[in-house]
Amino acid sequence: MSFFDELGRYLSSGNNRAGILSDLGDHVYLALLPLVLGIVLAIAAGWLGHRWQPARSVLMVLANLLYTIPSLALFVVIPGLIGSKILDSINVVVALTIYTTALLVRPVLDALDAVPPSVIAAATAVGYKPVRKFFAVELPLSVPVLAAGVRVASVSNISLVSVGALIGTGGLGVLFTDGFQREYFSPIVVGIVLTLVLALVVDLILVGIRNLLTPWERAGNTGVAVA
Amino acid sequence: MITDLFDWFGDPAHWSGPDGVPQRLLEHLGYTALSLVIALVIAVPLGLFVGHTGRGGVALVSAGNAIRALPTLGLVTFLFLLFTESVTSTIIGLVVLAVPPILAGTYAGLQATDHGVVDAAQGIGMTGWQRLWKVEVPISLPLVLGGIRNAVLQLVATAAVAAYVGLGGLGRFLLDGLAILDYAQVIAGALLTTLLAIVLDVLFALLNRALVPKGVRLATAAATGKKVAA
Repeated sequence: MSFFDELGRYLSSGNNRAGILSDLGDHVYLALLPLVLGIVLAIAAGWLGHRWQPARSVLMVLANLLYTIPSLALFVVIPGLIGSKILDSINVVVALTIYTTALLVRPVLDALDAVPPSVIAAATAVGYKPVRKFFAVELPLSVPVLAAGVRVASVSNISLVSVGALIGTGGLGVLFTDGFQREYFSPIVVGIVLTLVLALVVDLILVGIRNLLTPWERAGNTGVAVA
Repeated sequence: MITDLFDWFGDPAHWSGPDGVPQRLLEHLGYTALSLVIALVIAVPLGLFVGHTGRGGVALVSAGNAIRALPTLGLVTFLFLLFTESVTSTIIGLVVLAVPPILAGTYAGLQATDHGVVDAAQGIGMTGWQRLWKVEVPISLPLVLGGIRNAVLQLVATAAVAAYVGLGGLGRFLLDGLAILDYAQVIAGALLTTLLAIVLDVLFALLNRALVPKGVRLATAAATGKKVAA
């Protein structure tokens, strides 16, 4: 029996299709929730590091260190740290949030550093208070650099969720352990293809969001002049 | 829990034999080193060629990004069913995952080299090879090493995941511990894998200091406004 016949048979079962769809749903949730949480945490950390030099050094060292921890190791250590059950999917969410934050701290700091002082001076001159200045001027101008980091983090998260199958959480990784145990190619191939497609679709959506948030980039290089 | 962990590390039985810590550590290092060497042989010349000639850059970057999205567990299980042998299939999988970061680092390094510098090298009569080895490679070395460092972290992490298809190495402690719910063993495995990753990361930072020419370091420092002990 050729591989495609096998794949056809696998996909013709309504049961299999329902299972794949629910795995896909879990995968989206387990990859994107940490992405959103990580962005928020990284912006908060970046805000602190941008304003206070000692925090900046600590943040950079910490981010580098956390990013070094191998995925499987981080997944299994989380329950010991936060007291969750070892098979709980919260472990994957926390672990990926840590990775996303660690990955994004540097882009956020770089982006905030790159905001031209003249723009900040102008905002101060027209009476913006610090909080409004951060959210209305500094953060929006950081979006292009931040978006590049978020795209890398999204691909990395979508790929890493699968490892969670080894500690019993859902997502497309279940198709890999299932295929491995039954020595069956179809679930593995379907899982790989869906992971790649998901990564691509999310990436396109992120590019769309970035373009929406940075209308000045489309208007040509007339926006912010870099001194 | 901490005492369980101390007991685990204190038990002499965990320090000898085929599933002792030294043996597992050596296995893990072995898979990492072998895959790294193969990946370097493939990725560095390719990255240098594309970066130097500027041909095929877009194709290279998009192919690299697609491979980055590959789920490691899916790749490893797929290759295992294909080759039905854990070491062969894992090494192939590890090489596939290590090539993109090295390629990206090498290519980006050469791309980021100032055109004026390359033109000047040509102006004083350097040949293509001389420009590559005496100008472009030294200048792009920090980015190349950065790519290799990312690849090593990826390799250490994935070799642990590959314990699932029967590979030796430190991942065994993690997965065997999970299978029998021996949490001390799981944490010991996680700790050892993390330590290995951190030690290799620090080694690469030191290698970077040793290999990158002082002139390049000074130029980078001047560009970012930091001071370097000359």
